[in-house]
Amino acid sequence: MDFGFCLSPSSHVKMDSVDLTTFNRLKETNPDINTCIACGSCTATCTAGNFSEMSFRRILLMLQRGKEDEAKKMIQRCMLCGKCTLVCPRGINIRKILLDITR
Amino acid sequence: MNPQIFHPFVLPFVIGIVFVLTYCVVGLIRVISQLPKDDRKKFWRSLVTPKTAWANVRDLVGDCLLHVKIWKRNPILGYMHSAIAFGWFMIIVIGHIMLFALKPLQGVELEGVQSMLPNLYYPIFYKFFATETPVFAFLMDFFLLMIISGILIAVVKKIRSKIVGVKRVTKFGFADNMIRFALWTIFPFRLLAEKTDKMVFWWIYSIDLCIFMFMLPFTRYMHIPTEALFILLRHAGLKPREPRKGYALAQLYSCPSCGLCIDACPMSVNDKNSGNTSAYFMKRLRNCDMEEAQRIAETCMQCGKCVAVCPVSIESCDIKMSQREAVPYQIHSDHSYLDDYCKDAARHVSTENASRVLYFAGCMTQLTPKIMRAMTQIMTAAGEDFEFLDKDGGVCCGRPMLLSGKTAEAQAMMAKNTELINASGATKLVLSCPICYKVFKEEYYLEGIEILHHTQYIDALLKQGKLKVGKNDVNYVYHDPCELGRAFGVYDEPREVLENVGNLRKAKSEKELSICCGGSLGSFNLTQKERDEITENSVADLMFNQPDVIVTACPLCLKTFARKSPVAVKDIAEVVASQLQ
Repeated sequence: MDFGFCLSPSSHVKMDSVDLTTFNRLKETNPDINTCIACGSCTATCTAGNFSEMSFRRILLMLQRGKEDEAKKMIQRCMLCGKCTLVCPRGINIRKILLDITR
Repeated sequence: MNPQIFHPFVLPFVIGIVFVLTYCVVGLIRVISQLPKDDRKKFWRSLVTPKTAWANVRDLVGDCLLHVKIWKRNPILGYMHSAIAFGWFMIIVIGHIMLFALKPLQGVELEGVQSMLPNLYYPIFYKFFATETPVFAFLMDFFLLMIISGILIAVVKKIRSKIVGVKRVTKFGFADNMIRFALWTIFPFRLLAEKTDKMVFWWIYSIDLCIFMFMLPFTRYMHIPTEALFILLRHAGLKPREPRKGYALAQLYSCPSCGLCIDACPMSVNDKNSGNTSAYFMKRLRNCDMEEAQRIAETCMQCGKCVAVCPVSIESCDIKMSQREAVPYQIHSDHSYLDDYCKDAARHVSTENASRVLYFAGCMTQLTPKIMRAMTQIMTAAGEDFEFLDKDGGVCCGRPMLLSGKTAEAQAMMAKNTELINASGATKLVLSCPICYKVFKEEYYLEGIEILHHTQYIDALLKQGKLKVGKNDVNYVYHDPCELGRAFGVYDEPREVLENVGNLRKAKSEKELSICCGGSLGSFNLTQKERDEITENSVADLMFNQPDVIVTACPLCLKTFARKSPVAVKDIAEVVASQLQ
C-alpha cells in the first residue's frame, strides 16, 4: 500500500524495472551462482568482513535486486583471500565471481 | 685444377639463410629496445659481470649445445634432441673447419662480396664442391648418422609417444607439422645426395633447408636462435613486465613447445584440461590469441611445476602473471577502512617489552585454528617470547590479490601489514601459511626482520634444543606445498623435523616434482569438480608407500586434502605439538 508518504525511506524494489545487467552477465559466466542457498558461510569467514560491512551474500542479493551501485561499493572492501570459496557448502567459485564483478 | 665455386642449386639455401639471419638480427634489436630502461642497463651490466658472464657461458654450452636439462629429465628424449641438434651443429662446424683447414678455394681469384659468398654455402654442400680427407669424411658421416638416429626416435615418438616415456605430446597446427616434416627429411636427403651425387637430391636438400629457414620464425623452431638470447636475459635477473614485450617476448619464442610441461601439469589429470598447460599458453600468446591466453593464464594454479621441469627454464608462471596484470578492471579496491584497525592493532602489538617473535597466522590458518593452537603450544613449550599479529583476524597478506593481477591494491594491504610489523619491534616473523611466506619474502620490505615459515622455525627450535619431542612409529609422508618447496626450496627442514617424530616415507613424486593439492588460490577458473580430480591424483601419489598420516605445511593443502584423503591429514605443527615432551 502506498500513501505517497512514509516515516522511513522505502526499501521497496520494483522487480519489473530494475537493471539486472551485471547479474545476468555474471550468470552467464558463472552459472553456479544459481545454486547459492544464502547460508552466509562466506560472510561468516570473510577476512574483510571482520573490519567492514563486506558480505558476499549481500552483494549477490543486491545484484539480484538490481542495486548495482551499492554492490559495487561493497565489493571494494574485498581482499580476494578466497576463504569464502573454501567454506562454500555448494562449491561455488565465489572468488572468481568477486573478480568478475570488478571487471 | 680449378674447383667449382657455384651451382644454382645452392640458391634456395642462400636465400633462406639470409632471411633467417636478417629476421634474427631484427628480432634481437626489437627485444632489446622493448626492455625498460633499467632492465636494459641491468642486461648490459650482466654481460660484463664475471659471475653472470660465467653462468652465461656455462648455460650456453650446457643448455644450447649439450641439452643437459633434457638428459636429466628423460635420457631418451635427451639423446633424441642432442642427436639432432648437437649433430647438426657439429656438421656445420666441421664443414667450416674443412673450409678453413683444407682450403678448397685456394687459387680461386674472387673479389669483394663474391669472395664472401662461398663461405655461406661451401660448408653445407662441401661434398658437392670438393673432396674431404678420410678423417673429416668419417666425422661427417658419423654425425649425419647420429642425426638420422635421432630423427628415427622422433618418428617413433610421433607415432607412439609412450615408448619414449611421454604420455601426452603437444598438438601442433599446420605450420609446425610442416616444418617438422621438412626437418626430418633434410638429413636423409643429404645422405642420399652425398652418397649418390645425383643433382635431384642436392636440389631437394637445398630446397628443404630453404623451407625450414623460411618457416622457422613462425614456428616453434624459433627456439633454436632465441634460447641463447633468453639465457643471457635470464641471468641478468629480469622479470617479464608485459606479456608480449621484451623479456617475455624472448621467452615466448624460446619455448620449443616440447610438451614436457603437459605431463607435469597437475591439471592434465583431466585430459580436457591438458590444453590449459604452459606449452599451449605460450603458443596462444605467441600467436596473439589474447582471449584464450587470458583464459589459460587465469586457469593456471601457479604451482610452478612447469617451470621446474622446463628444459629451457622458461618462467611461464611469471608471464601468466604479467598477462593477468595487463587486464583492466572497472572497480578498484578501497581498503581505507583498515586504518582504524591498524591504529588499534599497532597499539596492541607494540608492548613495552617488545616481543622478539611475531606470529602471523594468515587467513587460511584462521580457517584451521588447530594449527594456531599447535603453534601456540610449541612456542610456549620452547619458552619463546611471542606475540600474535592476527589473533582475532588480521589483514590479508596480499598474495591472493596479487594473483589476480591487481598489484596496486595488493600493495595497499601490504603497506598496512608492514606498518603493523614495524610497530611491533619484532626481529623474527613466523608464518604458518606458505602463501603468506612467499609474498612476505618477495614483496615486503621488512628491514632487520627474519622471515620464517613454521617448518623452518620448528626445525631451528629442535636443533637449538629448545624443543624436546618423542619419537613414535607412525609412518608419515610429507607433501611439499608449492609455495614453500618449489618457490623457496624448503625441502629438508620439514623432513628433518618429521624424522625426529616418526618414520618418514617417500611419496611417488617429491620435492620439485610434488603435485599441487588442487586448492591453489592461483587459479580462478577451475571448478570444484576439476579441483577434486587434481586432489585425488595428488593424494594417490602421496599414498604410494602406504603412510599412516599425510603431513603438510600449508593450511590450504590441509583443508583440500582432508576432503579426499583415506588417512588422517595433519599440519607439521600439529604433529610436533602432539609429541612434545
